Amino acid sequence: MIIQTLLAQQAPVEAIDTPAIDWAILAPLLIMSVGGILMLTFASILKTLSSSVWSIAATMISLATAITVIPLWMRVTDTENSATSTLANAVAFDGFSLFLTVVIALSVALSAMLADGYLKREGLEGPELYVLLMMSAAGGIIMAFANDLIVLFIGLEILSIAVYVLAAMHTRKLESQEAGIKYFVLGAFSSAFFLYGIAMIYGATGSTNLIDIKNFLAATVLDDDALLLAGFALMLVGLAFKVAAVPFHFWTPDVYQGAPSPVVAYMASAVKAAGFAAIIRVFVLTFEQYRTDWQPVVYVLAILSLLVGSFLAIVQTDVKRMLAYSSISHAGFILVGVQAATERGVAAVLFYLAVYSFMVIGSFGVLTVAGGTGDNAHSLDDYKGLSKRSPLLAFALMIFLFSQAGIPLTTGFFAKFGVISAAIDARSFWLAVVAMISAVVGAYLYLRVIVTMFFAEDDDSEEDGADGEATTAEPIDIPLGAGIAIAVCVLVTVVFGVWPGPIDDLAREAIPRLVAESAAVLQIGN
Amino acid sequence: MTNTLLSETLSSTLTLGAADVSFPVLTALIVVPFLGALVIALLPGGDRVELTKQAAVIASVITGALSFWVLWEFNMADDGFQFTESANWVEGFGISWSMGIDGISLFLVVLTGLLFPLAILACDPGHDPKPYYAWILILEAGVMGVFLTLDLFFFFVFFEIVLVPMYFLIGKWGHGNRQYAATKFFLYTMAGSALMLVGILATAFLTASATGNDVTFNLVELAEGQALAQNTARWIFLSFALAFSVKVPLFPVHTWLPDAHTEAPTAGSVILAGVMLKLGTYGFLRFGLYLFPEASVYFAPFMLTLGVIGIIYGAIAATMQKDLKRLVAYSSIAHLGFIVLGTFSLNVEGIEGGLLQMVNHGVSTGALFLLVGMIYERRHTRMIAELSGLQKAAPVMAGVFTVVMLSSIGLPGLNGFVGEFLTLIGAFNAHRWWAIVAAGGVILAALYLLWAFQRVFHGPAEGENLEMPDLKLTEGLVLAPLLFLIVFMGIYPKPVIERMEPAVEALVDHIEDSVPRFREPIANQRTVDDAESHSEDDHGEEDDHGEEDNHSEEGGEE
Repeated sequence: MIIQTLLAQQAPVEAIDTPAIDWAILAPLLIMSVGGILMLTFASILKTLSSSVWSIAATMISLATAITVIPLWMRVTDTENSATSTLANAVAFDGFSLFLTVVIALSVALSAMLADGYLKREGLEGPELYVLLMMSAAGGIIMAFANDLIVLFIGLEILSIAVYVLAAMHTRKLESQEAGIKYFVLGAFSSAFFLYGIAMIYGATGSTNLIDIKNFLAATVLDDDALLLAGFALMLVGLAFKVAAVPFHFWTPDVYQGAPSPVVAYMASAVKAAGFAAIIRVFVLTFEQYRTDWQPVVYVLAILSLLVGSFLAIVQTDVKRMLAYSSISHAGFILVGVQAATERGVAAVLFYLAVYSFMVIGSFGVLTVAGGTGDNAHSLDDYKGLSKRSPLLAFALMIFLFSQAGIPLTTGFFAKFGVISAAIDARSFWLAVVAMISAVVGAYLYLRVIVTMFFAEDDDSEEDGADGEATTAEPIDIPLGAGIAIAVCVLVTVVFGVWPGPIDDLAREAIPRLVAESAAVLQIGN
Repeated sequence: MTNTLLSETLSSTLTLGAADVSFPVLTALIVVPFLGALVIALLPGGDRVELTKQAAVIASVITGALSFWVLWEFNMADDGFQFTESANWVEGFGISWSMGIDGISLFLVVLTGLLFPLAILACDPGHDPKPYYAWILILEAGVMGVFLTLDLFFFFVFFEIVLVPMYFLIGKWGHGNRQYAATKFFLYTMAGSALMLVGILATAFLTASATGNDVTFNLVELAEGQALAQNTARWIFLSFALAFSVKVPLFPVHTWLPDAHTEAPTAGSVILAGVMLKLGTYGFLRFGLYLFPEASVYFAPFMLTLGVIGIIYGAIAATMQKDLKRLVAYSSIAHLGFIVLGTFSLNVEGIEGGLLQMVNHGVSTGALFLLVGMIYERRHTRMIAELSGLQKAAPVMAGVFTVVMLSSIGLPGLNGFVGEFLTLIGAFNAHRWWAIVAAGGVILAALYLLWAFQRVFHGPAEGENLEMPDLKLTEGLVLAPLLFLIVFMGIYPKPVIERMEPAVEALVDHIEDSVPRFREPIANQRTVDDAESHSEDDHGEEDDHGEEDNHSEEGGEE
């Protein structure tokens, strides 16, 4: 009774105008972040639970996030103009954000499966890694949905800070600590650059909202665009750091080598996907009008990443470092698609990110298992005769490496095909040529690993047959979770390599759009 | 048991084919070996050699039978693609699973269908039989795919995918320095074809933007459309030509071949020489001349020169070899030079001769590699110096070797002669001097092969050479079909030529229609008819003088 009177009295007071919230759109983000927080809460109460429970829980929550996207996807692809925004235009709702949400969520699920066996082997059981993974993924999802530079920055920080800790997760391993510190110091730098870039763009356009920025730039001719261009440059530095593009790649080999392998799997897939989400939404979509200003920069970044990544990869002797450099050259390939700045290019980038996630998680999954206790046995010599010790692991790694090399009938081939066709469609012939040359150079790297796994020990054992070999080689135990994750990655890589149509169709429908709540559609080409 | 199963499968396939015309036989040619590989991979028990080998034989024999069925059903009057199939694959890119066969690919398909079972029957891997047979069957699927597909995307896919099985065959079951040879082979070929992907995409996208249609990778649509600007087409042709030149291999990019051939296991060498090198020459015909007629005419003198260099260089290098297998490998370079010579003569005789040579080279060099492999199995050496007087111990083998060698030299009455003769006629009509130099290669071939034969089979036999066992019955049976073809195609090549001819004539007509100033270079007495039939063109008289004259004065035609 009293409350009612109080409410009645308050009625004339003007309420604060809070934005309308479309909760359904936020559902994937909420599941991932609330799931992580709940897990942390439960973990402090239920201390005796087996570590596997947390792995399973993290996997389930991530899968739930991915499944929540399905009805949203139906909604967004239902009619031509279902894309919209919510939270005062701060959160975008389009196929692009949903597509990348699924990629990030699945990366978390697979990495969590890998982490289970790893944590047990290294004696690091506990829920922390999973919580951090999910927190970081929540940041990645925010980046995918961000329609505002500040929201984007918050997402980037949530994503990154969790990953800094994850990199240092192996508490008894010096390299892991070093990787964490290195990643943190350099990452903090790049975040600062990014934030400074946002400030400059705000200075130039008077807004941090991408829709407002795009409308402003469409309606206004800037007399002096120095501030805007400086903002481009600084933001690009920050994002290029996250996706490990040359010349902002120096952290990559050390961090990839030192960080726990399941974490590297996550970094190479989800963090890259989130970084490219930001690059595409900010540059390809918002600054589409200024493409002639940023395209040459991306062109150079792409060429440098392709060449440095593939050439430095072939001189490495540590397999994790090799894959680190190869991930740099993959970033170059994805930048080839970005550089095209067309819908075809964006679709190719999305396809690439989706399938690359599976092959890189699979690769680091095999490395996780094959690395042995301490996660140290990653020199090329340690992989000698892997085909004898564990034929299945060797076979899986072979598939992933062939896929990364872009051999047909694997997803990696169609991914490369997509970005290169986007480049040719945009008439960037030389970029396409450089990309193909670096693909061949990269192939040498992958062949080196395959030669080591399959042919190396034949030299001694050829004459006396396989019997003598079988006794000396210790078979490798594959933990269940890791086994499932690797099997899923192999299946995806091969099945969608032979039949890439479905993923390609999804990637084509996942076009990024800038749509204000009930306003005109802004998309590439407008 | 194997045989009954086999015949049942065969008869069911045949009735199926006869009853239902739309049976996708070309897809089956790719799918059957691939399924065979899958079955082998899933077979239990890695060490049961017999079972895996039987499965491999069954799969490859079914494929071979299907290819012969296609040969039987082939309509020789039709100059277009037959048995065509088409299904969308990735619509967004305009990629479709289109298959078709014409007189140009027909015999390469049959050759593939024939050589694979023989190679599987003739050689045992020695260790790890399961992956060995699985890789060979995947290789067969890939090679079939290259010859059958009419889609540029799938052509590239198959062209690349064959590298993987061959890489493992050389690297795992090869001899000596096999890892080096395998990696070199892989990287060389991949580097060659890397730019072809750019070329394929450029063809598709530039054509689409020139015509305003959707992007398509369909070979026939792209080739008949000819929508690319002249200069663009020439650049793209070069990207294709590089890929094919590495595969053939032509002179400056041939160095992977001797290593790969020498270190490969016998079956690998047979397949490599027999069919895989033809991927390059077939590519020149189908994706060079057909897709880029103007560029082919423009670059023909250059390609002819490379071909002739290959003929002479291969022959001279073969003469120097101490290793019998390496000698055969270099002889392949010379033979493939002839094929390129015929192809880029750009007339019916030359192209037919080149095509015939593709088949002949597959048969004779395949047989030569088998024989060298048999010698190696017995004597564990391939060094010519260590072999001597084998004829005394193995007279039958010596006889077979003689026939195969003479076919390779091009003795009249055997198959090699017909192909070389046609090639030289074609080349002579088109570019006299090139043909004259190339004819010298025939003499050199006689030199190195006869000399090698003399050193290996004649002379005094000592030690192990005296006790070398002769051909076993099974080995003889494997060689018998090849010997039969060598003789049959030498005496009566008509059935082969008459099936090739309509497609080759259509190809030459296509080049004439697409290239304004080009006339098929033919002998004088036919010039008049031909000039009349193409009276709409203004340069009908310039036949014999070779295209290079025309092109030096040529401006922007299109």
